[in-house]
Amino acid sequence: MSADQKIVIIGAGQAGGQAAVSLRQAGFEGMITIVGDEPAPPYQRPPLSKAYLKGKLDRERLFLKPLQFYEDSNITLKTGVSAQKIDRAAKTVALSDGETIDYDTLIIATGSRPRALPLPGAESSNVFDLRTLSDIDVLKPNVQEGRRLLIVGAGYIGLEAAAAARELGLEVTVLEMADRVLARVTSPVMSEFYQKLHETHGVTIKTGAMLAELQTQDGAVTAGVLKSGDVIPCDLVLVGIGILPNQEIAADAGIACKNGVLVDRDARTNDPSVYAIGDCAHRPLVHYGRDGRLESVHNAIEQGKIVAAHIMDAKRPVEDVPWFWSDQYDVKLQIAGLSQDYDEAVVRGEPTTNSFAVFYFRSGRLISVDAVNAPAEFLTAKRLIAVNADISPELVVDQTKTMKDILAEAMAGQK
Amino acid sequence: MVKIIFADHSGTEREVDANVGESVMEAAVRNNIPGIDADCGGACACATCHVYVDPEFLAKTGEQEAMEQSMLDFADGVQENSRLSCQISVGAELEGMKVTTPESQH
Repeated sequence: MSADQKIVIIGAGQAGGQAAVSLRQAGFEGMITIVGDEPAPPYQRPPLSKAYLKGKLDRERLFLKPLQFYEDSNITLKTGVSAQKIDRAAKTVALSDGETIDYDTLIIATGSRPRALPLPGAESSNVFDLRTLSDIDVLKPNVQEGRRLLIVGAGYIGLEAAAAARELGLEVTVLEMADRVLARVTSPVMSEFYQKLHETHGVTIKTGAMLAELQTQDGAVTAGVLKSGDVIPCDLVLVGIGILPNQEIAADAGIACKNGVLVDRDARTNDPSVYAIGDCAHRPLVHYGRDGRLESVHNAIEQGKIVAAHIMDAKRPVEDVPWFWSDQYDVKLQIAGLSQDYDEAVVRGEPTTNSFAVFYFRSGRLISVDAVNAPAEFLTAKRLIAVNADISPELVVDQTKTMKDILAEAMAGQK
Repeated sequence: MVKIIFADHSGTEREVDANVGESVMEAAVRNNIPGIDADCGGACACATCHVYVDPEFLAKTGEQEAMEQSMLDFADGVQENSRLSCQISVGAELEGMKVTTPESQH
């Protein structure tokens, strides 16, 4: 890579920011331009629904790097500007401020956006998303003790917000269409644990609840009406019903997309000059022999490093087992691997103690763990999945053995 | 401002000015210290900010909570003076503290 090369990164999220940092660390000397439609420099999203919402973390501490870093590293950071169109023949990107910038290499890190609630009234002034720093900044003054909060969607983001809101003294009701919370992402054992956890903290959870209508008055929602006829009066509404990849700019430029921008192990699209990373990328999942999209910090950071390595002709970093975490009240959940399509789940420990782990198997192979206040179980499973270890459900639940013993035993049989 | 020195496994040292109240990890990330990735941003969820603390300062870095202990149990190259730098809060008592990043994090 010569010093006159120009790299443009569309998207100033965790993935885009990481790619720029990794490129400079790897010695790239050419131009780097990051274009981000949000006003802030690249920042961490996970604390938004937790410490930041609770007012326990200053804004600047969310930033991945201080603003000075970009100046010192000769990285041009264009915030508050969105990319409008990619011209692959001319190798240019047209921006919302009227400028058109050239690239030799383009990195698409456009992230994802919240799925909108498909109901009249969803545009009301007191209906909020939980995605960006601005979302939370607008929401925060409305989060006040005694107010009635209606959360639509019992996924991780909705439940984390419920926990934060309870700690701030709001009355919280969570609506979930499925028959249990976290239905899309985890097992019934975990759903039951989290439902109880929230109910113990005073959250009202309604599962199998279809929202039929939002009642509004003067442009603000005053109640949610369920298909069952139940009316839930509220002062504000949070929507957490999933996210969609921002792939349109790539698709419009003729780059192959399928639930995200399709990329290979080096994060390259079907155009060799164009890469895609982070939430918007549909990537090979090497531990699972399939591909998919990962919505996680781990993925954003890993692909940021992978793209930099490939551009700099360096060795591809080893792909980590996908991992995630969620903090709710005093409960830390750590997830290693992907549990979709599991055919057997076993529990180590006892959920009533607030410390246990669910191990997931498919065709006799360990594929994932949900570890609740159980870091040893999380780290052990992560290592075992990385090497596709031969380990039985009987062994992982054997509490006469520590996780260290179990790890050693499984690794010894590995060879 | 509190002076913290970050050394890598080869002995190269970098001195940074840390702010009181931030974590040692945050000071490292702000100053682009290699070997401290801090993927989870300080949630004690990833163990990518493992450091060896100058034994003289170890007692001043505070008590380890159970979560940190368990994470360190499974970290590579763990020693008596291992800590997760996201769990060490910077205060005046840490002035001049040297921490070293493990080779496995480079």
